[in-house]
Amino acid sequence: MNANVKKVDYAVRGPIVQRAVQIEKELKEGVKKPFEEVIKANIGDAHAMGQRPITFFRQVMALCTYPELLDDNKFPEDTKNRARRILQSCGGNSIGAYTTSQGIDCVRHDVANYIQRRDGGIPSDPDNIYLTTGASDGIVTILKLLTAGEGRTRTGVMISIPQYPLYSASIAELGAVQVSYYLNEEKCWSLDISELQRALQAAREHCNPRVLCIINPGNPTGQVQSRQCIEDVIRFAAKENLFLMADEVYQDNVYAEGCKFHSFKKVLFEMGPEYSSKVELASFHSTSKCYMGECGFRGGYMEVINMDADVKAQLTKLVSVRLCPPAPGQALMDLVVNSPQPGEPSYQTFMKERTAVLSALAEKAKLTEEILNTVPGISCNPVQGAMYSFPRITLPERAINEAKAKGQAPDMFYCMKLLEETGICLVPGSGFGQREGTYHFRMTILPPTDKLKIMLNKLKEFHQKFTQQYS
Amino acid sequence: MYRLQSLAARSLIAGALDQCSPLTLTSLTGVRHKSQGPSVEKYGQMRFITAEAKVAAERLNGKIREKTLTMETLNPQVKAVEYAVRGPIVIKAGEIERYLEEGGTKPFSEVIKANIGDAHAMGQQPITFLRQVVALCTFPELMDSPSFPEDVKWRARRILQGCGGHSLGSYSASPGVECIRKDIASYIEQRDEGVPADWENIYLTTGASDGIMTILRLLVSGKDSSRTGVMIPIPQYPLYSAAISEMDAVQVNYYLDEDNCWALDINELHRAYQAAKQRCQPRVICIINPGNPTGQVQSKKCIEEVLHFAYEENLFVMSDEVYQDNVYAPDCQFHSFKKVLYEMGPEYFNSVELASFHSTSKGYTGECGFRGGYMEVINMDPEVKAQLVKLLSVRLCPPLAGQAAMDVIVNPPQPDELSFKQFHQEKSSVLGALAEKAKLTEQILNAVPGIKCNPVQGAMYAFPQIFIPPKAVEEAKALGMQPDMLYCLRLLEETGICVVPGSGFGQKDGTYHFRMTILPSTEKLKVLLGKVRDFHISFLKEYSALE
Repeated sequence: MNANVKKVDYAVRGPIVQRAVQIEKELKEGVKKPFEEVIKANIGDAHAMGQRPITFFRQVMALCTYPELLDDNKFPEDTKNRARRILQSCGGNSIGAYTTSQGIDCVRHDVANYIQRRDGGIPSDPDNIYLTTGASDGIVTILKLLTAGEGRTRTGVMISIPQYPLYSASIAELGAVQVSYYLNEEKCWSLDISELQRALQAAREHCNPRVLCIINPGNPTGQVQSRQCIEDVIRFAAKENLFLMADEVYQDNVYAEGCKFHSFKKVLFEMGPEYSSKVELASFHSTSKCYMGECGFRGGYMEVINMDADVKAQLTKLVSVRLCPPAPGQALMDLVVNSPQPGEPSYQTFMKERTAVLSALAEKAKLTEEILNTVPGISCNPVQGAMYSFPRITLPERAINEAKAKGQAPDMFYCMKLLEETGICLVPGSGFGQREGTYHFRMTILPPTDKLKIMLNKLKEFHQKFTQQYS
Repeated sequence: MYRLQSLAARSLIAGALDQCSPLTLTSLTGVRHKSQGPSVEKYGQMRFITAEAKVAAERLNGKIREKTLTMETLNPQVKAVEYAVRGPIVIKAGEIERYLEEGGTKPFSEVIKANIGDAHAMGQQPITFLRQVVALCTFPELMDSPSFPEDVKWRARRILQGCGGHSLGSYSASPGVECIRKDIASYIEQRDEGVPADWENIYLTTGASDGIMTILRLLVSGKDSSRTGVMIPIPQYPLYSAAISEMDAVQVNYYLDEDNCWALDINELHRAYQAAKQRCQPRVICIINPGNPTGQVQSKKCIEEVLHFAYEENLFVMSDEVYQDNVYAPDCQFHSFKKVLYEMGPEYFNSVELASFHSTSKGYTGECGFRGGYMEVINMDPEVKAQLVKLLSVRLCPPLAGQAAMDVIVNPPQPDELSFKQFHQEKSSVLGALAEKAKLTEQILNAVPGIKCNPVQGAMYAFPQIFIPPKAVEEAKALGMQPDMLYCLRLLEETGICVVPGSGFGQKDGTYHFRMTILPSTEKLKVLLGKVRDFHISFLKEYSALE
């Protein structure tokens, strides 16, 4: 079989999750365990952990799916208007028609308008917008375009360590070269330009680094990069001729005081034409995160700036082979970028629901950081944004040795034990990358607050026990 | 008069070509025209022209700036990809549509898009039951509504119970929602009259295309003469050739027999295989049944021969069966590859590696936009299967709405259920209309001198062979395009009808075809076919009259 496929690893759904699913089955069959349920804090799936969908979104989606409901007076007028508008843009006025490969026209226009509003008026061209099957789809497509060369000229892809393992998996499958740059754990996972420089120089010995990926707000690290940092990255990309990929799927998930989301596009354009007319940038968004949590709909978009026109035609051609992204996901994206406005019937409920979700997340972000930092041997950076914490764990020498003897990464060893003893499923830091000799795990902050508290306390107990056991 | 008309027509074509031909030079001010994805042979020139223009522009500004991602640095495998179904002619059709919308005049009032198998876009209605179930899954508050029958509600509840947090917004397991996989297995068992199906061999996919590409990705390996060869029918649905290009595998063509109603000739398979062994390692055979674009429904005997061949030569079989519900000819029947394999006995059934694909996009539901599909994979090496699951996990899961739609298709209303009557009526109506249009299309096209159309036994397309006069062939070559592309562009410009040239699917050298769908409404289809007939007759006249 394809050798590159064998190299692919995706820890978020890797061996530990498989074991968790097995344990769940065992529990169902009545097998006794030291816990009653498995808590899946491994994946950024909000609804699975009890978060409610936004009513307005589901209403419009239902109307699009079954337009007979347009006669049902239980649906407010603004939901109907949105549904009609979307359907009018669909072939045969049906969400079952293929859409154009780039995505439904009116949706792309709405996305462009959203970006423009978000970025303080900086224009966005609908022609630069591609709807995608989740952000992952867009990311893989752009990486595909960029992967070329052989041996020393093979495309190098700069990616943060720690990173969301879609990047490493795609790089492996495409046979590109991964060029890791380390985020600074001591400085709240911030990005050092000197580290980018170091990684780039080193990589140039054995590959042709052509693209720089950055996740902001960060996954798994949760940091929200400062504006200065983003400017520095853009300057660096411009100087070194790197294609910038800005993964911004958590753009609405910003919790920490003093932190703010700055889109790469906005910063780029505010840096003036010397940069804004040159730097090639692709920015990604999704329906899976933020306050909607609509993972299952596989909705997303990318905005592509300064792409060579011929290459853009190639991009359009490439996405045409898969026909189009799911129309329901496209419709959902439309609602995300075109949500109820003040004065509209659904506005109040919408804002109430949105605020509830985001404030719960902010609360849980703080709670997680606080509780974990009370555990000797666990050190957790502030969860400034996104939906995860990525605490550093100190593992006793004996545990590390036992893990290595088993051929397991020490944090995998730790997480497996945690799972077997408490039912809590997390992802070991080795699945995301970390500095040699350090260990972490990634957990989501998605379980409801009470469950989260229980979980964090169980974690605390487990860690103390583990530390004692292996001392 | 003719001369003038033909000259005018040719200039129409030249005009149409301006945007997709490399023969026009861009100006040195670096103006970049919108490329429409010209075919492979043209890239070299296009690239050269634009790179030159760009460098010239930069020099004007006093410094040279190169983009990181240019045609030169682009992944060469991406450059090689072509997908005619949404290719240059469709792009042109889109432009004409916009032109008409803005008030421009043409010899026709609308563009008829008979290029793509998109039923709803051509006015086919969704199946009520399916939309009701998915709507309930989307907005479960509707469970309290009296306007939804009970059988809709219990299906929706069942699906939601299989979802994380009982929400269609959760990721599912990467192979799909478990109860849906089980429903699919039951459906397959029923369809195949008891041949066992294991739900763990079922993977939900984002349309069938997704599953097909995933399996191909697993299979492509080796280098040079050991590089994976993929046997595909000619004519084929160009997803296959596109995927092969993208993955840098080796395309191994086997020709379907047009004189024999597009049947598969086992001797041709042998020939293709032997020839290919010189330059690659053929490891997989793809077959589309019912066929796209050809519409043939393979006989059981033929399927047996293919499976026997695959067994002998150790080939992985990929059986694209998305049109399994679209069988019209009364003497034809759909035989699943799985069932035939089973009936060949345990030696075959327990060894031949087979992946079968289905989709929500075709059949009688036509739910293309939901991107629903599944594949059943049998006899796959367990370690490879684990790799497959790992690969799927990186993309998390297929869209839940599509999975729900697939569930309804494999678990439709039963005769004793409330929704059955309406469901059955809608389904029969769609399939009956398609059967009627299949026959109509074949008949009308066959009455045109210079067009010969094989029976449309199944699927949703006609792929008639068209006679193109030598003078037209010459003109096309002079313009740097395939003769049937010239024909189709002319057809589009003069009648507004958009079909896809046979060159986009592959055909025997020296023959020309086009693929049209049978999806427009019957009245519109009759109009369309009449226009095609008139166009063809005048096209023949025009190119016979020229010296």
